[in-house]
Amino acid sequence: MAALKIKKGSTSHSAYNLRPNFSDEVETHTLAVLVDNEPGVLARVIGLFAGRGYNIESLTVAEVDHTGHLSRITVVTTGTPQVIEQIKAQLGRIVPVHAVHDLTVEGASVERELALFKVSGTGDKRVEALRLADIFRANAVDSTLESFVFELTGTPGKIDAFADLMRPLGLVEVARTGVAALSRGSE
Amino acid sequence: MTRQMTGAKMVVQALKDQGVDTVFGYPGGAVLPIYDEIFQQNDIRHILVRHEQGAVHAAEGYARSTGKVGVALVTSGPGATNAVTGLTDALLDSIPIVVLTGQVPTFMIGSDAFQEADTVGITRPCTKHNWLAKDTDTLAETLHQAFHVAQSGRPGPVLVDIPKDVQFANGTYTAPEKSDTTIYQPETKGDITAINELVEAMEKAERPVFYTGGGVINSGPKASALLRELVEATGIPITSTLMGLGAYPASGENWLGMLGMHGLYEANMAMHDCDLMINIGARFDDRITGLISAFSPNSIKAHIDIDPSSINKVIKADIPIVGDVESVLTDILKVWKARGRTVNRDAIANWQSQISDWRKVECLKYVQEGKIIKPQYALSRLEALTKEHDRYITTEVGQHQMWAAQYLGFEDPNRWMTSGGLGTMGYGFPASIGAQVAHPDSLVINVAGEASWLMNMQEMGTAIQFRLPVKQFILNNERLGMVRQWQELLHGERYSHSWSEALPDFVKLAEAFGAKGIICSDPDDLDDAIMEMITYDGPVIFDCLVEKHENCFPMIPSGKPHNEMLLGEASTQGVIQAGGAVMV
Repeated sequence: MAALKIKKGSTSHSAYNLRPNFSDEVETHTLAVLVDNEPGVLARVIGLFAGRGYNIESLTVAEVDHTGHLSRITVVTTGTPQVIEQIKAQLGRIVPVHAVHDLTVEGASVERELALFKVSGTGDKRVEALRLADIFRANAVDSTLESFVFELTGTPGKIDAFADLMRPLGLVEVARTGVAALSRGSE
Repeated sequence: MTRQMTGAKMVVQALKDQGVDTVFGYPGGAVLPIYDEIFQQNDIRHILVRHEQGAVHAAEGYARSTGKVGVALVTSGPGATNAVTGLTDALLDSIPIVVLTGQVPTFMIGSDAFQEADTVGITRPCTKHNWLAKDTDTLAETLHQAFHVAQSGRPGPVLVDIPKDVQFANGTYTAPEKSDTTIYQPETKGDITAINELVEAMEKAERPVFYTGGGVINSGPKASALLRELVEATGIPITSTLMGLGAYPASGENWLGMLGMHGLYEANMAMHDCDLMINIGARFDDRITGLISAFSPNSIKAHIDIDPSSINKVIKADIPIVGDVESVLTDILKVWKARGRTVNRDAIANWQSQISDWRKVECLKYVQEGKIIKPQYALSRLEALTKEHDRYITTEVGQHQMWAAQYLGFEDPNRWMTSGGLGTMGYGFPASIGAQVAHPDSLVINVAGEASWLMNMQEMGTAIQFRLPVKQFILNNERLGMVRQWQELLHGERYSHSWSEALPDFVKLAEAFGAKGIICSDPDDLDDAIMEMITYDGPVIFDCLVEKHENCFPMIPSGKPHNEMLLGEASTQGVIQAGGAVMV
């Protein structure tokens, strides 16, 4: 399989980019959306983004409270401040949505993403890949004589940087989970 | 006490417990168990429509004219897809309706079964919320939640998809009061700090205007009463969107008439020149704002809306107030009275005299001469001859709709049913049926164009079967008048497919259904013909042949601000520029 062409220095893998002509400054926001874990709830959320032309940069969803049937959807989105406010208001009126938190404005937050990298090569390149993986504290979770699969956790920027470094060393494939985020502090 | 019953019986029981007296519907394979239960009771009246779209619009007409939730019942697959237009219409106009759809049995879902459609998937973006009821034990609670969601907060359409095996199976019925409605509890009380800020702005304003919308009607009759009190007490002029007509009486002295693309000159000028705009339950629709960058450039804008997503969506609100109109108006009046009932009387008197000058333009003036009926004249006469009646008006969509909004006067809320947001041709006739079912002794008139009316003409069968004396007042110009008008103004008078060829003989059509048909083409006969329509005890199709090339004015061309309206006598060629032409 050919190496993926991920644009250098980019954290943007947008599924929808329908509003390129907004004049105001475009901001990136990380939203945490707490929803009832019921059939179709994810479709409601992403259908809202698609139907109203909002961007999804990254989307992570899983049940976080098994007894309460609550799922947490973490969505990284871009837009002008007005659009971001609209997205939050529109999300808030979906019936199974309990809360919408804008982690970008509600104080400091921690953002992490997990990624797997398949790097194929021999000789110096293989050694260099392993050395860089060590610097990035990536774990080799699979290895053959000609390849590694590295597991790396970090901010999207760190993962982009690692991908950039691996590309000339034989990067074959990348799988990313998208961002999971929590606010910092005791609350 | 737990009550065991089948899912189908639960549906009927839940409707009864929700106070439903009427269901508009059409049977089919996947709802047969529910229809079997409807057959075996007399508390709920079922109105058999002739097409599922008609059922949903009828439910809308019922809901809008009563303030209650409208209910439609249709089968799976095509029954559900035919309901989609009505659901979208109700979503855009915030009409509370519950649509119940049959679905193939749960074990066949996903198998492309006969008359299977992904109903919750298809209707997810056109409902406020929807449910697939997979379990008979939770069906009753889901139905009660559906009614709760439909009528709470900003009202809207909801849908419950009920597989046939869920209808057959036995389960435990949950009463409404035992059902969990905590899932959806929108805030209705406005922020008191913002309300104080608004009252202060009202006290100081020199050129204030109320801009009200369908939210006032949706909030209930008390909201309209409070609005009237506030307007009378402050002397602030008031205009309304298409959806809000009737919240303030057309005969009221502060009434400016409707605003917007085909709104009155004085209303739009007041909006443009005001220094304080108080939006109550309206949403700055593009038919209202015109060119956003030039929209009311020098005003402080207060926006009262129960839906937080309406605030700052189109126009930035300086004083945003999220809350129910009735609750917020109660608080505004309380605060304003407590602070000494102050307004800037002298400035407002000047403002009113400015408005009187604008009124002198007489933007709705028309000349009726010769032997051809002007549509404006037809509606003026309809107004004169019916305004004393206990009257409900519905409309289709197009020029006739705008003329109806301009030339008919509405004194009370819930008397005017029209498709504002979606602009659904074919809405008016079934909506008139819904309104007539709710108000059997009232005069219900659907003001229509011949093209719109034909879109749901099959509902004549419903009107006849249920002896609903709806009056179909068709302004027949043998054109898709609004399309024709835009083609004239924007597309070089190339009238591409905008005329009604091969029209039926409406009198014979009425007679074929067993109704009365009236044709009128002479202005001198019009009054007698309208009286004949009103006094006839049964449905009437009134074929009013009108001037074929009349344009609807005033008009704010797309892409223009409020103070650049076109009036009737103006030369209209070439006034809409390329930027405006791409808008609709």
